[in-house]
Amino acid sequence: MIAYLGRRLIQSLLILLGVSLITFALLYLLPADPVRQIAGRSATPQTVENIRQQLGLDQPFVIQYWRYLTRLISGDLGRSYIQRSEVTELIVSRLPASLLLMVGAILCELLIGLSMGLIAAVKRGTATDQTLMVASFVGVSAPQFVVGLLLLYVFAVRLSWFPIGGYGTWRHLVLPSLTMGILGAGWYARMMRSSMIDVLRQDYVRTARAKGLARRAILFRHALPNAILPVIAMIGIDIGIFMGGIVVVESVFGWPGIGQLAWQAIQRVDIPIIMGVTLVSAFAIVLGNLLADIIAPFIDPRIKLR
Amino acid sequence: MNAGAGKKHAGAAAPATAGPVLDIAGLSVSVRGEDGERDVVSNLSLTLARGETLCIAGESGSGKSMTALAIMQLLPQPAARISSGKIRLRTGDLGDTDLATLDERQMRRIRGDRIAMIFQEPMTSLNPVLSIGRQLTESIEAHTSLSQAQARQRAIEALKAVRISEAESRLKQFPHELSGGMRQRVMIAMALALEPDVLIADEPTTALDVTVQGEVLELLRDLQRQHGTSVILITHDMGVVAEMADRVIIMRHGRMVEEGTTSDIFARPQADYTRELLAAVPRIGTGAGRQKSGDAETAAPANVAVVNDLHVRFDLRGGIFGRVNRRVHAVEGISFSIAPNETLALVGESGCGKSTTAKALAGLVPYSGDIVIGGRNLSGLGRDERKAVRRDVQMIFQDPFASLDPRMRVGDLVAEPLVIHGIASKDERSQRVAALFERVGLSADQMELYPHEFSGGQRQRVCIARALALRPKLIIADESVSALDVSVQARVLDLLKELQREFGVAYLFISHDMAVVENISDRVAVMYLGQIVEMGTRDQVFSNPRHPYTRRLIEAVPVPDPAQRRSRFARLDQEIPSATRRIGEAPLKLALRDVGNGHLVAADA
Repeated sequence: MIAYLGRRLIQSLLILLGVSLITFALLYLLPADPVRQIAGRSATPQTVENIRQQLGLDQPFVIQYWRYLTRLISGDLGRSYIQRSEVTELIVSRLPASLLLMVGAILCELLIGLSMGLIAAVKRGTATDQTLMVASFVGVSAPQFVVGLLLLYVFAVRLSWFPIGGYGTWRHLVLPSLTMGILGAGWYARMMRSSMIDVLRQDYVRTARAKGLARRAILFRHALPNAILPVIAMIGIDIGIFMGGIVVVESVFGWPGIGQLAWQAIQRVDIPIIMGVTLVSAFAIVLGNLLADIIAPFIDPRIKLR
Repeated sequence: MNAGAGKKHAGAAAPATAGPVLDIAGLSVSVRGEDGERDVVSNLSLTLARGETLCIAGESGSGKSMTALAIMQLLPQPAARISSGKIRLRTGDLGDTDLATLDERQMRRIRGDRIAMIFQEPMTSLNPVLSIGRQLTESIEAHTSLSQAQARQRAIEALKAVRISEAESRLKQFPHELSGGMRQRVMIAMALALEPDVLIADEPTTALDVTVQGEVLELLRDLQRQHGTSVILITHDMGVVAEMADRVIIMRHGRMVEEGTTSDIFARPQADYTRELLAAVPRIGTGAGRQKSGDAETAAPANVAVVNDLHVRFDLRGGIFGRVNRRVHAVEGISFSIAPNETLALVGESGCGKSTTAKALAGLVPYSGDIVIGGRNLSGLGRDERKAVRRDVQMIFQDPFASLDPRMRVGDLVAEPLVIHGIASKDERSQRVAALFERVGLSADQMELYPHEFSGGQRQRVCIARALALRPKLIIADESVSALDVSVQARVLDLLKELQREFGVAYLFISHDMAVVENISDRVAVMYLGQIVEMGTRDQVFSNPRHPYTRRLIEAVPVPDPAQRRSRFARLDQEIPSATRRIGEAPLKLALRDVGNGHLVAADA
């Protein structure tokens, strides 16, 4: 186990290094010039040149990247070009909001998706099954900004059950979490359904029935733990999709997380923030996958971490 | 069993329980398919007396398993249903109940408690994510008012009853940590823990190795005697029937063909089908006519294949840097040769390395050592040359269902090897394929069909045609008849023999079934833990087995003759050890010594 964790940690660091290199290179090759954004339209060529030198952007790529990397190792993500404050501070101040949203979204998609999939599998071939699968299809295919606006209109504007936007109480959390969760719930419902149908066909489910167990015991004790395994592996991958969704959903609901920060930074070519947010996202994805892999053996004893 | 809070069976001999415990009258089971409803069991009537073992025997599709599932009301839903008939269960406290009329909730009380069932595949019949203990206690808890601790105690007793050592610590183990035989014993413990009136065993030993099969059959018989349980044993294996049954029912196409006591059925079969079935059963000691005359030896033709000091090892990685720290020693230095027109059988139980040897020969796994085919050593050849040599080696696999691509026409499947090796024009190819189809007993117009339109035996014929397409010198048949019904099996074996006579092809025949091996082979090599422990002509090995493992293998085969029923089966002293070892702990190489006329036996004997 410890050997496994050690090896995975080394792998994770290499992945993060790769992500930093690729992102840095892409930003370097970007035709947009961050110095122009900082200096403004009326700045003289001299001022622009001065700023460029100040930020070290006149240096060749290798040196720029090396400087960034050495600072990164000591935990320094650099300073924002526009906001004039440390990127680390900016991210740390906004991270809790995003994490909260992510936890809410994961809960939503698991609760909605898994129960939909479970019911559909048990009621396979009936009208319930078909209705649920159509619903999941809608969930998968509806764009998040549309879902977000629709939820806002119905539950905040018309029914006034939840606030229109902002951050603070659990009521603020519901609609953004739902918006993010519906997409994943659609996927999970479909995955859970096919996985469950597969498991319900297995010999050990027949054995459980032959033992005279109650339906509930067969479903939840015998079938569910076997069916949920592929879904758990999916959660790790899902965090990557979340990072994309967070940018949209945080803008729609005015949620003060790193998605909003990233959106602003992208518009102004604020390279240190873009780099910082990308690395934090990559870290979250790596961590999510690692967690999913660590949880798996607790559900299926056949899986050994080596 | 000590738990007083448990249940019943006080009235096991009470008058209410006189007469058969199970009485099936006019049972029909129908399955809804694309072309409407079809009976898979028609108008079956049978009775099961108290303490009796009734065998339902028949080939696949005979409806024997459907009958068992109908009794348990576990028919595959929603396609299958009981269309008519009564299934009456008579027990001391429930009285006379017609199971066919019970709803799911009422039936749940019967299942596991009054009628228990064990299945064919111990590997898949236990839930992989639940501990043995959990799976044992849950059914005890579901049917009794015992506390958790009492249920646990009863689970331990049940495990001890099926002769599982260290029962207490086994409760914490998971199914994948046990061998196949152990798992089936756990299944039996689970079924018998509640002392059911009826035990239905559906092919309980079919998936097990032959030495383990003997143990499990003996265990079932002992437990039945102790508890007076009535047993319905469903099997395709007439050897198992002879060994176990008091009475036999022979089924075919959903109908009972014949019913009678075991000795009557074997000694005086009435129905033609029963006679055919019994005649098709491979028996040890009936292959004697086949032994080749000595001239093959004297002519000493060049060997088709020579294997010398073959090793196949698989590395397992671990540790922080993922270094190799353990190794599976699948094949450990085996040597043999096969002459043209000869059949060498490789026998042994699961995990002994026989299939890995076949894969090495076919170039499907990396190996070390020498494989010489048609006089050319494969290890010295380049890619293209190797491909050319490999044309001479073709394989037929165990599962004819899985080894044919369902989306291809069988004609194209048979032509594929010719296409791959760029042989013959399109027209010539289809002519050759047509000829092959005729040769293996199919008709040329079947070339346009897809694999699912054939029966198991026909599919295996397609596989044989495919293997023959390149006119190979050696065909490796890896358990090629194991999945077939006995009557089909006999015909496929005959076909293989005919083809050998006609084309002079050599076979490496890999099997776990000693009776089949005895029927087809010229020479036999017995493998154990990756090494050959005995090798010789068929007569040498079967008439004069020298190695104790060979003897056990032969003795363990159930004999299809109730007069030869054994009270004790040959038993292994311990479970076969694992072939996985730490790096640096290579297994000891067995030296083979000649005990006369080329009969080689490992020196540890």
